[in-house]
Amino acid sequence: MLNYIFAILIISSLISGIISGNIGSVSEAVLTESVSAIDLGIYMLGAMCVWGGVMRVAEKSGITDILSKFFSPFLKFVFKGIDTKGKAFSAICMNITANLLGLGNAATPFGIEAMKELEKEDNCKETASINMIIFAVINTASFTIIPTTVAALRLKNGSENPLEILPAVIITSAITLIVSVTFARIFDFKRRKKN
Amino acid sequence: MKFSDIIIPFIITAIIITGLFKKVDVFSEFVNGAKENFRTGISIIPTLVAIITAVGMFKASGASDFLTDLISPITNLVGFPAGCFPLAITKSISGSASLAILESILSEYGADSFTGRVASVMMGSSETTFYVLSVYFGATRIKNTRHALPSALIGDITGIIASVIVISLMF
Repeated sequence: MLNYIFAILIISSLISGIISGNIGSVSEAVLTESVSAIDLGIYMLGAMCVWGGVMRVAEKSGITDILSKFFSPFLKFVFKGIDTKGKAFSAICMNITANLLGLGNAATPFGIEAMKELEKEDNCKETASINMIIFAVINTASFTIIPTTVAALRLKNGSENPLEILPAVIITSAITLIVSVTFARIFDFKRRKKN
Repeated sequence: MKFSDIIIPFIITAIIITGLFKKVDVFSEFVNGAKENFRTGISIIPTLVAIITAVGMFKASGASDFLTDLISPITNLVGFPAGCFPLAITKSISGSASLAILESILSEYGADSFTGRVASVMMGSSETTFYVLSVYFGATRIKNTRHALPSALIGDITGIIASVIVISLMF
């Protein structure tokens, strides 16, 4: 998909540049924008490194495990009929906690483990179980406590308070999460009714 | 003193103190974590170059203004900031491309503008749906993901609408 978006951007730039007579600026943009992309990449590295470092310390200190126990009652409610002593459930708890802390790199392995374990527990052949669907859908909605990369970009672009959007991000994430999980349940309910 | 000013220093301090109590080698673990994210950060730079250059060409050619003028009667009608339109399209498809587009929105409209704030919330409140689903289901033998994608996409659309409403109400 990105293939097409990329191609369309470039082709339409050429056409539009010729028609509007801006082709000189298009040519200039190729050089200046590629340089500014490197600037952006280097700029982002600072915040990414600090956060990665802090969160690694959190992980090693067992904060992820403590939080994961704290969340398990809520998750029991979301994943109906799950074996709360099973491997899948503990991987789910760890994945959700790691996501909350912004530990993207740590969350993915737990997520993959959770999917594999759910597949076993629910005895799926080639069709996803409802708990697998809900777990994957939860992961497509972000619920990080602090969106550090967005904050870093806001700071770079002269925001007076880069984190002022924090409450709005949390509310929006919560709405997204509730709506997508509810729809996953509704679709499931409709299918079962049909069968 | 604002809540948002204290949260980051507080979280970092709390984590470091917990680490010391648990006898974690805080400094070297910090450096290890930083290294890991450094690698991730470096690895997304080529994608940033591709997208930022293409978006920059698109803007310089005047095509971007033309597109904004074209869709703004519709987006204005519902109160959606036209400048956020490109981000709404890319955010479910590619994380690093969206990052590049967020940067171009923030530099054009300003981080504290309505458009800038909506774009920040849109980006901060969502993951790359297609990527997550392909990685997660790709690890299993599942061929039929049933309604996982439709449910996730309904969530994404809700997130786009909610970010506009929440920002309108809060600022």
